[in-house]
Amino acid sequence: MGQEHTVKAFDEDITKLRGLIAEMGGLAEMSLTEAMDALVKGNLDLAAQVIQRDRRIDSLEAEIDKLAVRIIALRAPMADDLREVIAALKIAGVIERIGDYSKNIAKSADKIEQRKRFEPLTLVPAMSDLARGMVHDVMTAYAARDPVLAKAVVERDEMVDAFYESLFRNLTSHMMENPSTITSAAQMLFVARNIERIGDHATNVAEMVYYAATGEYLTDKEEKA
Amino acid sequence: MSTLHDLDAIEARIAARGVSVFYGEKRAIDDVSIDIGADYVTAFIGPSGCGKSTFLRTLNRMNDTIPGARVEGEIRLDGEDIYNSGMDVVQLRARVGMVFQKPNPFPKSIYENVAYGPRIHGLSASKSELDEIVERSLKRAGLWDEVKDRLTDSGTALSGGQQQRLCIARAIAVEPEVILMDEPCSALDPIATAKIEELIAELRGNYAIVIVTHSMQQAARVSQRTAFFHLGKMVEYGRTADIFTNPREERTKDYITGRYG
Repeated sequence: MGQEHTVKAFDEDITKLRGLIAEMGGLAEMSLTEAMDALVKGNLDLAAQVIQRDRRIDSLEAEIDKLAVRIIALRAPMADDLREVIAALKIAGVIERIGDYSKNIAKSADKIEQRKRFEPLTLVPAMSDLARGMVHDVMTAYAARDPVLAKAVVERDEMVDAFYESLFRNLTSHMMENPSTITSAAQMLFVARNIERIGDHATNVAEMVYYAATGEYLTDKEEKA
Repeated sequence: MSTLHDLDAIEARIAARGVSVFYGEKRAIDDVSIDIGADYVTAFIGPSGCGKSTFLRTLNRMNDTIPGARVEGEIRLDGEDIYNSGMDVVQLRARVGMVFQKPNPFPKSIYENVAYGPRIHGLSASKSELDEIVERSLKRAGLWDEVKDRLTDSGTALSGGQQQRLCIARAIAVEPEVILMDEPCSALDPIATAKIEELIAELRGNYAIVIVTHSMQQAARVSQRTAFFHLGKMVEYGRTADIFTNPREERTKDYITGRYG
């Protein structure tokens, strides 16, 4: 992508598209961080901010859709340009989902009882940090069109999944031992599930970044290997 | 060397091997090898002056008329070397027909335009047989319904798109094996262009078709194999879908994405 297009307006469109994706990814990452913070500290103002921000993420997705459709219609992109635009369309949809999951986590903030004595609250942030790191790195990989970094993000999803499994066991045994906290613990299960989904979605974005950069599907490559 | 994608072997009508073309001292085509068959429409793309038209013209020896033009390497039509001294060039051009950028019907009737080739090549024994060839050729070219009631009108009185289909009918009338098209739609409006493209799709399978086009979209729409030429070399050859979504050569990519400086 080094060289510029002969038609300069094409470059401007692509740059704008990439800027919108970067903005969307940045907001989604921020939402996940703040949603966890709101949950752990019971900060309902912060939770409200996360919920509010999701609208902005949704409207960015719509903006990206429109721009991508316009580029396809007016510029008839080819080769890596075409892959770039298609990837942007799909990535926008996935980041929108990441935003939704963060919103869900924020909505759980006011549903945790006896927060000070509720031990599982201290376990989830570590899992969320893993997922947030994946979202952060995949956006870096997107900005740099870096297939190596994208592939590394995909490989990290297993850690998030393993974390989810262990949290699941931890929370179910916690429920059995402390029946009075079942409501809160069930909420935490939902939160863990949402984080696990965010990891999956970051993986999807990474696969698309890889495709846009190389023209190959990571999954195909692994099957061949 | 060209970057050649992994492709299934095709049944080649034309097999070019190590073909170079010189105009005097200037090397216009450098060591091009390619197979052309009837199963796929082959598109030649590349910037102006890249040699794609020159190469197309070597396939039926149209360059013979250019003083100082010289061809090295080998071009075989059904195994027969077309640059062999025993090759009858008139016969060759009936087997490898050509459609040009500007429609060029003869200033004669629609009927005569199509009947001319079969007549000089002795393809018909009677008037009724010739009538059949004319009708069949015009039908295959998708022009019959539009002209059947005015076959005696001059070919030049038709619209540009109709004239081009008349030229295709004229090429088809002598039962060629290969049809070369050199920017056949560049003088036509989008509707006439679409009709030619549809016609190319219908003719595929019966004839080996090669199309030179400056419209990347057209190459993408009508062909199944694409060769990208640059500075006289065939840089890359592969499935059209691969060339336009994931070309392997930087030069191909720069050209098709509009970055060619």
